[in-house]
Amino acid sequence: MKRRLISWLKSFFFWELFQGLRVTGRYFFARKFTIRFPEERTPKSPRYRGLHALRRYPNGEERCIACKLCEAVCPALAITIDSEEREDGTRRTTRYDIDLFKCVYCGFCEEACPVDAVVLTRFHDFHFEERGQQVIRKLDLLKLGDRFEEEIATDRQTESKYR
Amino acid sequence: MSELHNYTLNFGPQHPAAHGVLRLILEMEGEVITRADPHIGLLHRGTEKLAESKPYNHSIGYMDRLDYVSMMCNEHAYVLAIEKLLGIDVPIRAQYIRVMFDEITRLLNHLLWLGAHGLDIGAMTMFIYCFREREQLMDVYEAVTGARMHATYYRPGGVYRDLPDQMPQYETTKWKSQQDIDYLNESRKGSVLDFIETFIDDFPNKVDEYETLLTDNRIWKQRTVDIGIVTPQQAMDWGFTGPMLRGSGVEWDLRKKQPYEVYARLDFDIPVGSNGDCYDRYLVRVEEMRQSARIIKQCIQWLKNNSGPVISNDHKVTPPNRETMKNDMEALIHHFKLFSEGYSVPAGEVYAAVEHPKGEFGIYLVSDGANKPYRMKIRAAGFAHLSAINEMVKGHMLADLVAVMGTMDIVFGEIDR
Repeated sequence: MKRRLISWLKSFFFWELFQGLRVTGRYFFARKFTIRFPEERTPKSPRYRGLHALRRYPNGEERCIACKLCEAVCPALAITIDSEEREDGTRRTTRYDIDLFKCVYCGFCEEACPVDAVVLTRFHDFHFEERGQQVIRKLDLLKLGDRFEEEIATDRQTESKYR
Repeated sequence: MSELHNYTLNFGPQHPAAHGVLRLILEMEGEVITRADPHIGLLHRGTEKLAESKPYNHSIGYMDRLDYVSMMCNEHAYVLAIEKLLGIDVPIRAQYIRVMFDEITRLLNHLLWLGAHGLDIGAMTMFIYCFREREQLMDVYEAVTGARMHATYYRPGGVYRDLPDQMPQYETTKWKSQQDIDYLNESRKGSVLDFIETFIDDFPNKVDEYETLLTDNRIWKQRTVDIGIVTPQQAMDWGFTGPMLRGSGVEWDLRKKQPYEVYARLDFDIPVGSNGDCYDRYLVRVEEMRQSARIIKQCIQWLKNNSGPVISNDHKVTPPNRETMKNDMEALIHHFKLFSEGYSVPAGEVYAAVEHPKGEFGIYLVSDGANKPYRMKIRAAGFAHLSAINEMVKGHMLADLVAVMGTMDIVFGEIDR
């Protein structure tokens, strides 16, 4: 009887609504945990899988040896490679295209690459302006590699003990 | 006076409350639904067929995209099926990591469900609060796997990489004072496990907040109590699993009934409802979040005290680590063989199921001994739930349909696959 009276009184005086308002009211004055995105960034881990890049050795020679493992392992068939022997007798790619519309960012290419040539960088907010730009060619990939090399190298260094 | 007729209403596929691309043909009598006919297939991507044309490992990433709010649980069923066929052992640490991530995924799923369900039936605030917590868990996903959603983390034989020792931290910008940055970085000082632990210790309080906002709220109760009642018999007849079944009072949970991985060693309870209405299913899911937090806590304790390999060292199935690969001929051969051809799986068929946040998620694999599945069938929980929508909403008002659909926790990625 007493419980029913209390519950009736609570219901009559909107008790549960005020309880809810107390929660939201508290957050109204609480410290903000949001960030302003383009200027501020959420932290990214060294494992982040963003845009692809092709790396070079410190002497400037490109790492990729056209073994085509990444092409074979790609579940979405996003990578296309042509290769030929160069004058100095080494095997290199003549074409290395990644179709970013097909890519599912699974990271298998990086996992498969025996010479750490193709990597996924932390760079994720890229865009295209025209049709056809979603296929990034070898030269652009190498340029991306040059641009992010420092970050890529430190990230791979941190991750080396887990792989 | 002319005779009154039923009229037909086309609900979706682009309705804000239609959870993706659900299209419902509703026959209405005034505002009362007399028949609901779901039309599915608008998100069909042919995952089952695609898997037949790829080596086994390639489809792991596609599993993430089935039920795209509970990514790792899908992967789990898939790798379990392959492991069963191959008959390989998974290191115990990998099993704990998998269980921990399954439960983190359950939290992710239930948080999204609670937020979206709340939004559907008029509780705007819930969405913001749930996403606040989800964001933290997404950060865990990202720190460990490299992607916020589509993890591709589980492998037959274990998981890809061990948990990192460091949690990424916020960087100083001119937009925030050092004090604010320190505040944001407070829980990120230690390892990923420390971060999860801080989060999980506080999580029950957050669930209390959600409950303060919803459980007794009169609007919430008016929208959910006695809506879409399912009797235990009906639930079993219609093939319900997960919270939909437990909400009707049937205590069935694969984690308890057919324990996989290390669930048998962990201490947790199965919440069940009594009436089988939307409100009970809400209570069951909220309690499941608390239980998940308990499981995660136990996993963290174990993982902190024990180390070991996280992937099987049977290099016919799992790649050798990079250092060995670069120095050892045998390992290099394994590496090339695995990433080009994959591995062949003995002929046979197998069914592996996990307790997915939405119910029983199963993978039925038929292998003919090749490096690709001969046939793969996905048993998606949401499909069975959606099939019963006609019986569940018949006689209810149009607005109640939204509540029923919310309570089903429909995600089209897995229904249409």
